[in-house]
Amino acid sequence: MSKLNSKWMGLFCLSMLLLMLISGCAKEKKTYKVGAIFAITGSASWLGEPEKKTAEMIKEEINAAGGINGHLLDLIIEDTVGDETKTVNAVNKLIEKDKVLAIIGPSRSGTTMAIVPIVEKAEVPLVSCAAAEAIVSPVAERHWVFKTPQKDTDAVIRIYEHMQDKEIAKIAIITGTTGFGDQGRKQLKKYAEKMEITIVADETYGPGDTDMTPQLIKIKGTNAQAIVNWSIVPAQSIVPKNMRQLGMTIPLYQSHGFGNIKYAAAAGEAGEGIIFPAGRLLVADVLPEDHPQKTVLTEYKKAYEEKYREPVSTFGGHAYDALKLVIVALQQAGPDRAKIRDELENIKGFVGTGGIFNFSPEDHSGLTKEAFEMLTVKEGNFTLTE
Amino acid sequence: MLGLVALPMVMRNPYYLGIMVFMGIYSLISIGLSLLMGYAGQISLGHAAFFAIGAYTSGILTTKAHLSPLPAFLAAIVLTACIAFLIGIPTLRLKGHYLAMATLGFGQIVYVALNASVDFTGGPSGFGEIPRIALGNFVVESQLSRYCLVWALVIIVLLFSLNLIHSRVGRALRSIHSSELAANAMGVNTSKYKIQVFVLSAIYASIAGSLYAHFVTFISPGSFDLEFSILLVTMVVVGGMANVWGALLGTVLLTLLPEFLRGFKDYDILIYGSTLLLIMIFMPEGLFGLVKKLRTVHGKT
Repeated sequence: MSKLNSKWMGLFCLSMLLLMLISGCAKEKKTYKVGAIFAITGSASWLGEPEKKTAEMIKEEINAAGGINGHLLDLIIEDTVGDETKTVNAVNKLIEKDKVLAIIGPSRSGTTMAIVPIVEKAEVPLVSCAAAEAIVSPVAERHWVFKTPQKDTDAVIRIYEHMQDKEIAKIAIITGTTGFGDQGRKQLKKYAEKMEITIVADETYGPGDTDMTPQLIKIKGTNAQAIVNWSIVPAQSIVPKNMRQLGMTIPLYQSHGFGNIKYAAAAGEAGEGIIFPAGRLLVADVLPEDHPQKTVLTEYKKAYEEKYREPVSTFGGHAYDALKLVIVALQQAGPDRAKIRDELENIKGFVGTGGIFNFSPEDHSGLTKEAFEMLTVKEGNFTLTE
Repeated sequence: MLGLVALPMVMRNPYYLGIMVFMGIYSLISIGLSLLMGYAGQISLGHAAFFAIGAYTSGILTTKAHLSPLPAFLAAIVLTACIAFLIGIPTLRLKGHYLAMATLGFGQIVYVALNASVDFTGGPSGFGEIPRIALGNFVVESQLSRYCLVWALVIIVLLFSLNLIHSRVGRALRSIHSSELAANAMGVNTSKYKIQVFVLSAIYASIAGSLYAHFVTFISPGSFDLEFSILLVTMVVVGGMANVWGALLGTVLLTLLPEFLRGFKDYDILIYGSTLLLIMIFMPEGLFGLVKKLRTVHGKT
């Protein structure tokens, strides 16, 4: 009997001790939970991988510096595999189980569109890392949704402006049948007339195609003065190679999806002279010292490349901007979803990797066409066009 | 079945209910696929296409033609059945690898068509704002109402299928599985039965597709690719082909496993893959084979 009693006493003491420990913890400031959903694996991992690495890097930095107003940042990262059903499950988990304050990502436009109704209904702020404009428009129905990448329309406008300067009026477009390529094709056709540019050929190819010679031969038969290719990897490296094989010398423009030096390397010699719009991250080193983005860009580039030993890409930059924006909003609003959303909407003059963000109730994208710079490939490196 | 009714009372979290909703949608397809594969012995690597036809028909008719969900749902079933019938006549004459290849080809054709007809399907970007299902004034929007709707349908489909298996048709199907030649000799109209079960499984997939479209409210071709067809076949095989309950078991495992493995971060794919591999090596009859074995052992003692 006495043996049993001492056992109970022991248990009692232990539970008291535990209780004290727990209450002790409660006095420390609670962590801020933020969800992140990226296509870390699967066919869009070229987007999700740098995004995840960037987000983890920022989390470490901010927590090493004492967190947000003394609250540590708890970043819960989920993989979408670029698949809509998996994204829906991941977002439900973040909202209902983890009770996150805000969500950054997903990487792709399709997966973002699939979760917009969910975050709107659950009233959770979302900062997407995908480009399609439908993500934030019509803004009246996108109360809780923001995005960081530059707009497709701005990319198209910058390309067409560059063409006007070079007196190019007749062009051929060739686009991949992915969500990204399809959006680009729509915008290219929409703005052509307005900017007095005639599209003389409109070709497409599948995302798995490894040769675009047939489409390019068709284009060669027209009087196009330049080609615009709008796609994601690997077609961005195949089109210039095929053009060279066919002896085509007209200039090649590509989309802002070309924003990774690896793709230029994959195109090799044929990649020389490709012109494309991109954020300034890729040319951070050659920017003038007094450029407002100079410090942010060089610091991010340096930190990322030292930590992961691989070249920085604009896609990681989208996650950088998304998470930093959420952190800024958290600093002002504290742990309240509605207040975080209001703060996000009022952020002005935020210097990010994609440009200088100015959000408003009418604009949840925050960037203008000035966020783009026209770049070109010169001796295997990205540089500004003259 | 009681468990199904009790489950939402215990598990209130919409996240878990959401997973159960997808599990129900997949179950609808895998039950049909198990009838086709396990009972009639015909493999299909193109069932994502029927799922897609159901989803797109419902989606397009409700958003662009402003039909209400129920007639759109029925139209989707009729359309899928017609397509399955037309596809079934030539392809089900094939056997083994050739049948697999033909259905795979069909799946790819539908996938490419969805991508290419931009004006109609929204192309690779897909389209959204598909209205939710409404029964009178009640809108099926909460996870709980979705759960009830989808699992009610699963139970109906399951009962119908079990009935079918234990009927004359079921016996005829199993005879086709054992030996088509012998079945033919015994006077079973094999090609008729094969086409019937093919059409039936396509209808199940179409029902699942319509539900998916109204629940997620956004569809794009990416959800209906070859990978999804393979996932469906894997569900049936892992669960145990020779039984409808096996297909259900496989669906439960393959829907829950990835969610359960979220905690393992980067190692999830590794564990997922090796789990499937181990099941296939040590349980060639699938999970249901194991259940059966355990039951006989238990019965003996």
